[in-house]
Amino acid sequence: MLNYLVNGISLGSVYAIIALGYTMVYGIAKMLNFAHGDIIMVGGYVSFCATSYLGLPVIPSVLLSVFVCTVLGIVIERLAYKPLRAATSLAVLITAIGVSYFLQNAALLIWSSNPKAYPNMVALPPLVIGDTQISAVSLVTTAACIVIMVVLTLFTNKTKLGKAMRAVSEDKDAAQLMGINVNATISLTFAIGSGLAAIAGVLLCSAYPTLMPTTGAMPGIKAFTAAVFGGIGSIPGAMLGGILLGIIEIFGKAYISTQLSDAIVFSVLILILLVKPTGLLGKKISEKV
Amino acid sequence: MKKISKSARSSFINYGIVLVFFIIFQILLSMGRLSSSFSGQLIPICTYVIMAVSLNLVVGISGELSLGHAGFMSVGAFSGVVMAACMQNVVGASWLRLILSLAVGALCAAAAGTIIGIPVLRLRGDYLAIVTLAFGEIIKNVLNCLYVGVDGHGLHVSMKDAMSLGMEADGVTIINGPMGALGIQKLSTFASAVVLVLIVLFVIQNLVNSRSGRAIKAIRDNRIAAESCGINVMKYKMTAFVVSAAMAGAAGALYALNYSTVVPKKFDFNTSILILVFVVLGGIGNLRGSMIAAAVLTVLPEMLRQFQDYRMLVYAVVLIVVMILTNNRRAKDVFEKMKDAVVGKIGYRRQTNE
Repeated sequence: MLNYLVNGISLGSVYAIIALGYTMVYGIAKMLNFAHGDIIMVGGYVSFCATSYLGLPVIPSVLLSVFVCTVLGIVIERLAYKPLRAATSLAVLITAIGVSYFLQNAALLIWSSNPKAYPNMVALPPLVIGDTQISAVSLVTTAACIVIMVVLTLFTNKTKLGKAMRAVSEDKDAAQLMGINVNATISLTFAIGSGLAAIAGVLLCSAYPTLMPTTGAMPGIKAFTAAVFGGIGSIPGAMLGGILLGIIEIFGKAYISTQLSDAIVFSVLILILLVKPTGLLGKKISEKV
Repeated sequence: MKKISKSARSSFINYGIVLVFFIIFQILLSMGRLSSSFSGQLIPICTYVIMAVSLNLVVGISGELSLGHAGFMSVGAFSGVVMAACMQNVVGASWLRLILSLAVGALCAAAAGTIIGIPVLRLRGDYLAIVTLAFGEIIKNVLNCLYVGVDGHGLHVSMKDAMSLGMEADGVTIINGPMGALGIQKLSTFASAVVLVLIVLFVIQNLVNSRSGRAIKAIRDNRIAAESCGINVMKYKMTAFVVSAAMAGAAGALYALNYSTVVPKKFDFNTSILILVFVVLGGIGNLRGSMIAAAVLTVLPEMLRQFQDYRMLVYAVVLIVVMILTNNRRAKDVFEKMKDAVVGKIGYRRQTNE
């Protein structure tokens, strides 16, 4: 029981970190960034290559993968999304899907479709409490999630850049009039989101050590669900949604059915949205005539 | 002579395009000028045309972003396969079996559309999109654990495994969980596919140009204003959603009966997205655009064969570039100028002629 809970929280923490990227980008650019899941995969591959081929120690290789993904996020934003600032959201959505195809197929060409066995990045002994064992990966994942959450909350609430981000997400034109560089702020958001995706990639692959070009797709969709679950656009919401989703998934697998676990997760999402149509912590949208 | 309305003319042009497409390829087929890989694409092309046109009814006409359209295709495909298998020894004529299977596929998908539509259509915008995505995944997941068999006593359904169906010795497993439906009899033909495309176009175009269609478009443009004019929002949204689901179901049955095996994984999120790409590239709300985009983009990966491993990469780049070119303001201005330069001259000539 406790074991399941710990597993659920740790899986949920990974979802939460990915969901943060979704939610921040959605909050600021009002777009569903479907390529986000594939950035996780790139993060996984870069850290894999850094440790296996270059022989780097764990922390530099994680930093390297965060760096690569951050740059990748900025480049994607500049090339694919920036020209579509004024376009309809559906056009941006399709472009994001194009980027997602591009990343998956580029990865297929570079690293081939054979699954790679990911080395455990967190080679520490498990924590034993009574008769339950908590793996080091779970602990590190949960800790990383909490740290990221606290830092991000402080960043958006206390720093000038964070305030600029909130201002842009509130009203782009008004923010511009206040002297905020809207384009730079959006780039920054993509950079942060992609960097977080790299960390999520490392943690995800440490827990589930097979790496394929499609590794990021399903966690991406789940994390997106988590972001909606908590109320998309809200940082604490993404956190709450991610962890709840992880717990539901693990408990569903353990007690109801292994095969139907995805169906259970999505059914809970639908039930929640029926009761609270904008997610758990989402703002109520009032419509004006 | 009675004047033909603009919408009716547009509808007839669409039927014409489909018929011309059919005649050209039928001639090429009978002359043996088509490569086997291309002639194998004909029924999938028709299927995707139906999928794109029906999704356009939801996304373009009704204005709701749906990311789970492949789910309805899946429901239609598997119910159609079960129907075809049950009728195999009962109904002799294969065309009648095909019609029955398509009808059952459409009905089952319409039922799924009704069940899903009631909760989904209460939501708005991106939340609606994510819930349709969720339903698509649920359908895939459930079909992945579904086992159906048939024997002398009738149908047997199980969610556990093929053994627990409890069939007699002569029983045949029709749907075998993640392995999908096996040993399907190939009933679909190119002609029947084209007829189905025509029927779907007929239904959707008549719906769009009817009183209901105008109500649906009014809801899309402004829900509150439409409601205040006495339009029953839920009813019309449901109409569009369920009709679209039924068409997708028929397309799914057509698609499945073209192959000997079909797996539930085929109808996943990526397929839904693929169909959405057809709709968006063809022009939202533009049925003819959807038809053409679906046909061209189904063939395009085949045409890109020469790029070998790079073809999906090229496809992705083409997709991004097209989206940017058609939606970026600066690119649009360049296009407009070019169009003005070309059309301007023709227009001028036409004016002087009159």
